[in-house]
Amino acid sequence: MSYEEKGTWVYLVAVAGAYAVYLAIILGRLQGTPVAEVQYAWVLLWTTVGSVVASTAGRTLVETVRPSDSHRRDVRDKEIYRFGEYASRWFVVGGAAAGFFMALAKVDYFWIANVIYLGFVLWAIGGSVVKLVAYRRGL
Amino acid sequence: MSKPTRITNSIRALRFVHGEMTQAQLAERVGVTRQTIIAIEQGRYSPSLEMAFQIARVFRVPLDEVFQYPDGEGELR
Repeated sequence: MSYEEKGTWVYLVAVAGAYAVYLAIILGRLQGTPVAEVQYAWVLLWTTVGSVVASTAGRTLVETVRPSDSHRRDVRDKEIYRFGEYASRWFVVGGAAAGFFMALAKVDYFWIANVIYLGFVLWAIGGSVVKLVAYRRGL
Repeated sequence: MSKPTRITNSIRALRFVHGEMTQAQLAERVGVTRQTIIAIEQGRYSPSLEMAFQIARVFRVPLDEVFQYPDGEGELR
């Protein structure tokens, strides 16, 4: 497994894990509390930062345990990266569009922030899955 | 599982007759990762025309001795 493929796995696990933590905390706070009063902003920011830190630390850990031949990103890695970003971009577009229309409809900030956040998470997860399939099955 | 390309290649055989060159050695000569050479050999990745020429140059053979395309497929009708 190449350095970039291992990095994609680590990124996928870090993003999915961080979002699972976020959901667990927020769903717990939603029990018996009106949506407008739920404190979510710091949890959202910290889990986002946490996913970046976990991804970086995880990549370092994986490389320590199973070092790669090379850390260079070659032409195939770049093509797979572009393919994954291209295929998953609709999640970001969908999240942004949903947030836009929800703002026009004056929906609570909680839902707007969360639908945009979900768009980013699905973009990251979807893109990673597409890249991993491309690494295994080919472009 | 169908391969994403109909292009076949003789890289494995060419490596063997060139002093049992390893995939890592070929990758280094071409400037890619070993995993990319593995993917090309297994037909999971079609290299660019430039990379195909680089691979052929490593083995000092014409391009069509390295890569082959089945007759009758992809021809203009």
